[in-house]
This record gives sequence, C-alpha cells and structure tokens, in this order.
Amino acid sequence: MRRVAPLAVLLLAAALALGASRPVTDDEVNAVAANLRCVVCQSLSVADSPSETARQMREIVRERLAAGETPAQVTAFFVERYGDWILLAPPRRGFTLLVWVVPFVGLAVGLVVVALALRRWSRPRAAGAPAAPGIDAATRERIRREMEQHGR
Amino acid sequence: MSRGVLRWLIPLAVLPVLALLAYGFWIDPRGEVRSPQIGKPAAPFALTTFGGTPLSLEALRGRVVVVNFWASWCVPACYEEAPVLEQAWRDYKERGVTLVGINIQDKDEAARKFMSQFQFSFPNAMDTSGKVAVDYGVYGVPETFFIDKKGRIRERKVGAVSDETIRGHVERLLAEPS
Repeated sequence: MRRVAPLAVLLLAAALALGASRPVTDDEVNAVAANLRCVVCQSLSVADSPSETARQMREIVRERLAAGETPAQVTAFFVERYGDWILLAPPRRGFTLLVWVVPFVGLAVGLVVVALALRRWSRPRAAGAPAAPGIDAATRERIRREMEQHGR
Repeated sequence: MSRGVLRWLIPLAVLPVLALLAYGFWIDPRGEVRSPQIGKPAAPFALTTFGGTPLSLEALRGRVVVVNFWASWCVPACYEEAPVLEQAWRDYKERGVTLVGINIQDKDEAARKFMSQFQFSFPNAMDTSGKVAVDYGVYGVPETFFIDKKGRIRERKVGAVSDETIRGHVERLLAEPS
C-alpha cells in the first residue's frame, strides 16, 4: 500500500503534465461550481459566492478540469471529502430520494382529495332526500332542461 | 368519512409539516454534518511552516497527530482553544504526539501576531491555496482532526476544542498498538 501511493502520485503528475494546458472556460468551471455548496456560506453555491474559500474551490475545479477530469469526476472529488452535504441538490437515491418524490406524492394525494370532494359536492342529492322546499317538479324539470341547454 | 372527522384531520395533517419545518430551523445547519473522512487515511500534505521548515504528514507516520485548522479572524473560538492547544503540545510532544496548526484564509502578518500572542511552539503552516482544507473537508475554523499512528483520521471536532477532548482522544489513540 505504501509503495502504491508514490506511484499513484507519479502517474497523476505525469497525467497532469500531459493533460495540462487544456484551456477551461469560466462557464465550464461555473457549471460544476453551481452544484457545489459554498462551505462558508449559507445556501450559496461556489459559483455565486464572492468569498475567498469559494474562489479557492473554483480554482481547484478549474485545475482538475484542465487536468482532463470530467465534471462528474470533479464533483465526486468534493463529495468524497465533504459528503453529500457539499451538493446543493440532494442525490436521487437512498434517503434523500424522498426529497424528490414526496412533493409529487403530496400533489397526487391533494389532487385525489380535491377530485373526491368535487364529486361529493356536485353529486345530486340522494333520491330519498327531501327536495328543496318551494320548487315543484315542473319547475325542477325546467331548470334541468335549461341548464342542459346552457351546458352545451 | 364524516364531516366532523375531516374537520380535525385537515389541521392535523399540517402538524407533521410544521414539526419538520420547526426541526429544520432548529438544528444548526453546520454542526450536525458528519464527515465522510472518519476512518479513512488522512490526506497527505506538504507545507512550509512560518519558521520556514518543511512540514509533511508523511514524516509524522507512527505518531499520533492532531491537526488543527485555525485563522486569526476566528473570534472567539480560535482564541479560546489556542492556550489549550499549546498546553497539550507541551504535555504530549515527548510522548509520541505531534500537534500541527494549519492556518487558512488568513494574512501572514495577522497569523504571526496570533501565534506570538499565544506563544505557539508547535509547527504551524499556512495553507495558501486552500487545498489542504478541502482535502480534509474543512468548512470553517476551528476544526481539529485526530489522526492515529497508522495515519487514519479517527476523530473530528468542529469548533473550539476543550482540554478534556484533546486529552481523551490523544490518550485513547496513544494506547493503541502502532
């Protein structure tokens, strides 16, 4: 294990030397940084924060992209060190999947409740229920016909 | 479902949501973050101390290492723990423990003033690029990491470290076989 580490460092250095000089645009850096939490801020991304820490983190993002890493690899680099906490959007797996699913489940349940309530309110009164006082059968029939006409 | 039950159910359904919100606002968004680093090998670093000597973690393998991240602007936590750190270093340096101070997000002059104020005699270095701090997943100062003789991070303390905490962790790690 102890012999592997220097070798890995050497290989990485070689990869850096070969892969270096790939120009990385600010947009590329910000695309990755926008998903990372600025660690010294409250609810601000590394792309948006003017803090010195965020600037250093953007620099790390830039260096790693320049060395040939993909945006996903750069993100993984930060997750490995900080945990999922560093991500502004919780990952769509495990416990944090709930955050993505619950709003839609809530919406579906709400829609069902509204639909049921609407049906209940619009349903004609049961046959046995007493008719509204003061309206005879003929008037009721006329109202029904007229509503049908207007309905079309 | 009768109307009476519904009348109670709807406000009741709001309660779990309110409870979740209350919990969310109550907890410290930073204090509870668990580091994924515990149990993993500590990231190597090679810095130069304020005194100009090289400081690397590799060279300290076999010793219990306490790495403390600090800044001179970190008031009051860093000022509270500074005397504790220096005392721990004096008590333990002959017993196989090294204390390493890593200064982050700071100005050279301010950092030196801080060190002389507390008469720091343990090795301190500035992490100018912030890379060491990121490697350790540091999100604020002070943060203290306890590294065992095999070079693994075993404990992490966010905020000012107390005398009991340092001694507790250090004694436990010292007692382990190397």
